[in-house]
Amino acid sequence: MAKSRKNEGNESVAKDDGAARGEGVVAVTARPKVPAAPKRPSADLARRAAAHVPAGRLAVRKTYKLYVNGAFPRSESGRSYPVTSADGTHLANAALASRKDARDAVQAARKAFGGWSQRTAYNRGQILYRVAEVLEGRRAQFVQEVVDADGVDRSLAESLVSAAIDRWVYYAGWTDKIAQVAGGSNPVSGPYYNHSAPEPTGVVAVVAPQSGPLLGLVSVVAPVIAGGNTAVVVASERAPLAAVSLAEVLATSDLPGGVVNILTGRTAELAPPLAAHADVNALDLTGANDMAAGLEEAAAATLKRVVRPEPAPDWFADPGLSRVTPFLETKTVWHPIGI
Amino acid sequence: MPDTALAAATTASNTSLRSFLHGLPGVDEVGARARAADLSTRSIKTSAKAQAIDLAIRMVDLTTLEGADTPGKVRALAGKAVHPDPADPSAPRVAAVCVYSDLVAVAVEALAGSGVGVASVATAFPSGRAPLEAKLVDTRRAVADGASEIDMVIDRGAFLAGDYLKVHEEIVAVKEACGSAHLKVILETGELATYDNVRRASWLAMRAGADFIKTSTGKVSPAATLPVTLVMLEAVRDFRAETGRQIGVKPAGGIRTTKDAIKNLVLVNEVAGEDWLDPEWFRLGASSLLNDLLMQRTKLTTGVYPGPDYYTLD
Amino acid sequence: MADKIFEYAPAPESRAVVSIRPEYGLFIDGEFTEPTDARITTVNPADEEELATVSVADEADVDRAITAARRAFETVWGPMAPAERGKYLFRISRIIQERARELAVLESLDNGKPIKETRDVDIPLVAAHFFYYAGWADKLAHAGLGPSPRPLGVAAQVIPWNFPLLMLAWKIAPALAAGNTVVLKPAETTPLTALLFAEICQEAELPPGVVNILTGAGGTGRALVAHPGSDKVAFTGSTEVGREIARAVAGTDKRVTLELGGKGANIVYDDAAIDQAVEGIVTGIFFNQGHVCCAGSRLLVQESVAEEVLERLKARVSRLRLGDPLDKNTDIGAINSAAQLARVRELAQVGEEEGNERWSPACELPDRGFWFAPTVFTGVTQANRVAREEIFGPVLSVLTFRTPEEAVEKANNTPYGLSAGVWTEKGSRMLWTANRLRAGVVWSNTFNKFDPASPFGGYKESGYGREGGRHGLEAYLNG
Repeated sequence: MAKSRKNEGNESVAKDDGAARGEGVVAVTARPKVPAAPKRPSADLARRAAAHVPAGRLAVRKTYKLYVNGAFPRSESGRSYPVTSADGTHLANAALASRKDARDAVQAARKAFGGWSQRTAYNRGQILYRVAEVLEGRRAQFVQEVVDADGVDRSLAESLVSAAIDRWVYYAGWTDKIAQVAGGSNPVSGPYYNHSAPEPTGVVAVVAPQSGPLLGLVSVVAPVIAGGNTAVVVASERAPLAAVSLAEVLATSDLPGGVVNILTGRTAELAPPLAAHADVNALDLTGANDMAAGLEEAAAATLKRVVRPEPAPDWFADPGLSRVTPFLETKTVWHPIGI
Repeated sequence: MPDTALAAATTASNTSLRSFLHGLPGVDEVGARARAADLSTRSIKTSAKAQAIDLAIRMVDLTTLEGADTPGKVRALAGKAVHPDPADPSAPRVAAVCVYSDLVAVAVEALAGSGVGVASVATAFPSGRAPLEAKLVDTRRAVADGASEIDMVIDRGAFLAGDYLKVHEEIVAVKEACGSAHLKVILETGELATYDNVRRASWLAMRAGADFIKTSTGKVSPAATLPVTLVMLEAVRDFRAETGRQIGVKPAGGIRTTKDAIKNLVLVNEVAGEDWLDPEWFRLGASSLLNDLLMQRTKLTTGVYPGPDYYTLD
Repeated sequence: MADKIFEYAPAPESRAVVSIRPEYGLFIDGEFTEPTDARITTVNPADEEELATVSVADEADVDRAITAARRAFETVWGPMAPAERGKYLFRISRIIQERARELAVLESLDNGKPIKETRDVDIPLVAAHFFYYAGWADKLAHAGLGPSPRPLGVAAQVIPWNFPLLMLAWKIAPALAAGNTVVLKPAETTPLTALLFAEICQEAELPPGVVNILTGAGGTGRALVAHPGSDKVAFTGSTEVGREIARAVAGTDKRVTLELGGKGANIVYDDAAIDQAVEGIVTGIFFNQGHVCCAGSRLLVQESVAEEVLERLKARVSRLRLGDPLDKNTDIGAINSAAQLARVRELAQVGEEEGNERWSPACELPDRGFWFAPTVFTGVTQANRVAREEIFGPVLSVLTFRTPEEAVEKANNTPYGLSAGVWTEKGSRMLWTANRLRAGVVWSNTFNKFDPASPFGGYKESGYGREGGRHGLEAYLNG
């Protein structure tokens, strides 16, 4: 077996070449196999392709829409705004969501909360892991989007996407461990059983970081839903396209509709109504920058839990539970012990 | 009803009724659900499936309970009840047709001599919110028009308020109004909320003279879930062991597929026992179920998946 | 048509999904060796059909496996980024899910347990266990064992035949997540799913040497446990062998966890939800033919409801369907081996000779294979051997009690302390009872529930150490 390969860091990125796998190993099994594909495509097929597919074929562009309640609506306002690459080239038009879209998103998140929070932690973990699987399968697209949005070189973009995929895996592994780490039995004096366990707080409005179109976004969204909350996310205003593509991944990963809702548009237009919304339980202001203080003040009216922006977040660092526990409540249960 | 349990109960006070019902063993919800789920993994195939399908057809109370029901609709349903599958005369007829009380006469005429019974819902179905006098008039009228079975609803409000005596007395009165007609008592388990309540309501109904206990009106969700049917089957099993009197069970509402029906039969078989595997003791209140049973029946005999266009709509 | 209105037709799960090789080598350093000269034949206990021959590892094989595991620990698995280790385990979990039916059928063939259990319990739990511990790999600092806990090194692991693949998962998943490498010996009568697991490791491209599977019998197990090259010994099996292992490692630096026998008490109070209690009694003793170390093999029922409970219990047991393990409607499968059948028979005989009342439902046993009808002994006292010794078969001993104190006293009156059950609708009484029970797992109003997030293990002679949950990591880490 090709032992050296196993040491390479990002193993899951390496694609099977088939030959390496079987080398020197007793055949994996006598499992029934489907017939192999023909060795080379026939010349005829190539000829027909050349005849039918024009050389300068016009690409079909994607319409970037919102992601609300598991569906992809345009903004109810009918508006959009141009999104450009780091060097100023026009990339696409993104939907310019309105306050009403924000309201719809909160409604969807609230509706989804009951089901999502009641799922077993294991099931939530499986779904988050599935997100990683599906994201891995579309990594090339995301690498391109990160390159376009941030103007970083391709190898850095590869690392950013890899870290984003692995972050889903990381939180997939947390779902069924949070309670053991953050909860436990309490040795109260007296004949009482006393036990504390964390529970999700509810609907969390997330102002995603303005930089880090994928890794930053994933780093703030995944911990919120890992804990059993549902989310309304305001994507990076400058670089929202990867967020919409991520929504497509979420929509095809068995994540129930409404658990994550993604709005694109002006942060200054969307964040205030969310911060003040009485049916929002918590607020992550990571991407709010200099709006943060005002939003926090608005959130105070209904005593929302608030996570303030960090000055210079390092999205590669191990986040631990730092972004999970702020969105959890602790519930303590007492019960007498006696015959 | 000569049996002692009933005699004792009819003279009971609400207090004694309450202490009896609350003295019944509890039902652990998780355990009951797990047992029902476990039984629903039974794999009923080939010859067993064929038997089960025919038995299920014979147990169907083919039902129409809509505000838009007409004599025409009831006649069509009656025709279907007698010859469920026009293309296959070997398909058995159903147990009964179940209609509102004002359409009993139509059903009775349409089914005369067929062997298919006529069941009528009564007592201000589905809510049960009417004075007792009205409920009795409703019942007597249905019986007078020829209904062989009466499906009454209990007063869930009284039950939930703890007025067990009122529920009891209503059942006793309706039973009396039924004369020789069989009385099915609908508990509307979806509104009783807990399995403890399902067990208590089952015993209350049985002690008051029910011939059948029935899960639901079909107008409230959840209707006939497997754990509810499980708890009711345990109740009739225990009631017979205690009094010697056998009571039937009728899940109704939400049973739409052959798979649902077979899961119910497995429950009957393994919880109450095969004494209940007979239309006299077990019914399935349903409408769309029948066509699915017929389609599966055809699939078993021909090996080909049938399409709904080949079965009559009612 | 009055009788047998509704007889379930046979509903066998297809065997076509598994392909068993005629002979198997050992899995060392990522490869299968040529089969050794010494062989064991593994049979289907349901019909005694020979399924395959497997190799018997000798001391030299053990040495090679330990060496491979050591090398893998030092060069690959130990240095690897923890998140990457976790991703291998996630992969393994997903492949197990993908190949779940194949594993379930193979497990039923080799072990004799009903497909209903392998399909709905064993294999899903195996996948869940790997998934759970996969997530721990990069979170060990949160396990409460210090800021940067270190793996031990090489773990020597020996597992029993009652839950072959599940016990493998309980051993391998936490060991690997914590950064150890393993050499595991499956039971001699149930090696096949462990060997298929080796193939799954290959499919997952797990680095060679991280997992090594050595088949064999007691001699192989002794050699593995005694080998000086391991840092840890983990064993699940009989208390007798557990004692032997504890002696063998005495005075060494090796860490040890032992999950041994049990004689679980299932306490039924008079206010229990009776139908669910009966269900729990049945699950407690007849799940997996009673081949369960934590089985509720002693029913302690309050005298005031004893008669009623027994009557319902017998009616319920009469409905159990015993037969072909691959039939989807089978509740009770085959006893795993001729030797185990002999032991169950012997103890049941003793139970009769001691004057206990023996009852079994009318139940046709197949002609071939190893079979034992569900059996209930009533009128049992604490002095009877059937109330003291682990039978590890479908045999329930029924005792009665009058007060909660008496129930707890009787329940604790055993050298074992693995599991117990408490049935009552009163929460405070449940907690009171659970507080006083000297048992590692107490199930209330349920029984035989397992979850990767929940620690499992015994008091007293049922062993030490816990498997599952955050606590399960402790066995494989130095704080």
